[in-house]
Amino acid sequence: MSVETVTKTAPRNVVECLDTSAYQVNPYPVEEPMREPLVLGNPSLHDVTVKIAGIIEGKPNLKYWIAVLICASIAGAGFGAIGETVITGIGVWGSNNTIGWAWDITNFVFWIGIGHAGTLISAILYLFRQKWRTAINRSAEAMTIFAVLCAGIFPVIHTGRPWLAYWLTPYPNQMQMWVNFRSPLVWDVFAVSTYLTVSALFWFMGLVPDLATVGNFVKGKIAKRLYTFFSLGWTGSMRNWHHYEIAYMILAGLSTPLVLSVHTIVSMDFATSVLPGWHTTIFPPYFVAGAIFSGFAMVMTLLVIAREILGLKEFITLKHLENMNKIILATGMMVGYAYSMEFFIAWYSGNEYERTVFINRAFGEYWWAYWSMVSCNVLSPQVYWFKKARRNIPLMFIISIFVNIGMWFERFTIISTSLHHDFLPSSWSYYTPTHVEIGIFVGTIGLFLTLFLLFSKYLPVIAISEIKGVMPGSQPSYHDDNHH
Amino acid sequence: MSEKKTVAVLGNFTDPNKIMDAAAKVHQSGYTEFDIYTPYPVHGLDKAMGMKRSILPYVSFAGGIFGLVNAVFLIWWTGSVDYKLNIGGKPLFAFQFSIPVMFELTVLLTALATFFGLWFLCGLPKWYSDLQDDAGFQRAVDDTFVLSIFSSDSRFSLDTTEKFMNELGADNVRRIEA
Repeated sequence: MSVETVTKTAPRNVVECLDTSAYQVNPYPVEEPMREPLVLGNPSLHDVTVKIAGIIEGKPNLKYWIAVLICASIAGAGFGAIGETVITGIGVWGSNNTIGWAWDITNFVFWIGIGHAGTLISAILYLFRQKWRTAINRSAEAMTIFAVLCAGIFPVIHTGRPWLAYWLTPYPNQMQMWVNFRSPLVWDVFAVSTYLTVSALFWFMGLVPDLATVGNFVKGKIAKRLYTFFSLGWTGSMRNWHHYEIAYMILAGLSTPLVLSVHTIVSMDFATSVLPGWHTTIFPPYFVAGAIFSGFAMVMTLLVIAREILGLKEFITLKHLENMNKIILATGMMVGYAYSMEFFIAWYSGNEYERTVFINRAFGEYWWAYWSMVSCNVLSPQVYWFKKARRNIPLMFIISIFVNIGMWFERFTIISTSLHHDFLPSSWSYYTPTHVEIGIFVGTIGLFLTLFLLFSKYLPVIAISEIKGVMPGSQPSYHDDNHH
Repeated sequence: MSEKKTVAVLGNFTDPNKIMDAAAKVHQSGYTEFDIYTPYPVHGLDKAMGMKRSILPYVSFAGGIFGLVNAVFLIWWTGSVDYKLNIGGKPLFAFQFSIPVMFELTVLLTALATFFGLWFLCGLPKWYSDLQDDAGFQRAVDDTFVLSIFSSDSRFSLDTTEKFMNELGADNVRRIEA
């Protein structure tokens, strides 16, 4: 290993990399010098600590507390509606004998789907060595956990007697009964609980080194103790990093098939039934693409606001937002393909019931839901073919809201339109939500935003150690084993 | 109060290339009881320090196998031994319907084994370190690479180790007593 040949440290930014004299001195320039930098303004490592840990150290202003108060009140109202459901029974909802699954399951699938982008960013983009993910993975993972928590509320209260929800798990009991492993609903219990657990472990593991950094940075005695306690006493020892990096890789490798399995299994709740409109093999990939699509839209909604308010524009750059918009465009096209393929198969199968359900979906009583879905999910992202649109912040905020709405309507369309005209015309029905269902759904939005607001103030919103590791000049400019 | 003893000699680095070089030289000189504290994982530094591949993947694998075996046993025993229930004429046990739960429990147990195995291998949680009061050491979680050679090493001797550290180009070479 001849270190003496490297007389100058690695170039610190793109401009220096393009300077040919830097090449002459250092024959090993940093990787991909022609790309847009991931961190703007060329801050030092210490600047990064100050910037991100500084958000935690700083006192939140009145606006922040007003925002928390509003969101928490909405969440509180939601819990009130849940209380009404639990005390009176699920008869307070608009669902009926024909439409047994309505807003509750729509909201469950909606929230689970939101979570998927977090895992995609933290795990799949990690395995693909997409370094731009480091700026957004922490907040996206937080979003995953909060979204899955919101999702979990719905099936539990849908049981009608949520205090008996533990019956969903297999445990030896005095009734001498076991759960039915042939039912996709049991698969769902395992999928969602595994997903929540693994996401939380992965998130916490990622936080440990940053909590040590924050614990070292904050001045308050109690804050210092708390952050240090949860950092488990992390010192940054290379002997620990050595295991840590392997663990990170394993958890990323596990989360990747896990995230695909979760929405696959959610889709099997529908696909394994014999109901026209649900019983299709396209559901697993269609649901997974839709989940990633909706999740990225939610990440976009939150990050556009967060980078503005928390002053993180040099970390969450236009390049990051543009990359996410490209993914939104790609996954939006995938769900668009799935919508048309469903229609094609309904016609091509020659199955009369299947055909009727789909014609009814687009032109029946729920036409407004179907066309809201198509226009929000398929038409609105098409503007992202243009670079100008992909880098236009107000526009991407609006589109992300559209996609969130569209994806909610997708789940509603799948669930309610397939159910409301079943095999027996005498039991055909129509569904309208009651104030209780609306209250619960809006309440989960409040809960989600409250948790995200608290997270963005009290935990490092950007993975400090990861962003330091991808900054120009942070890694040795030679590798003895020729791999990155 | 017992008398204070030097537990380590510390030196700071800020250049990733220099710390790589220093790590290789410390390792080549035969030291084994040393560590480098870094704010982020430096690629290849573990190799330069002479560390072998982590055994963590074996722990994870064992966890995964444990999860898989338990899932198969759970589904088979509950469904076809303890509580035989005919549901739509479906078989009491089959691999096809077991796959989702087998997969999920494999993933869950692998993740738990990885998570707890990691902290076990790192010796964490441990809220005390002999070095913790040193201001330079604390910067290791911020922007500095801190090389530490411990007095427990058989080759350790105050003067030569300090001199060696200075030769490596470390800044602010200092002794830590505890």
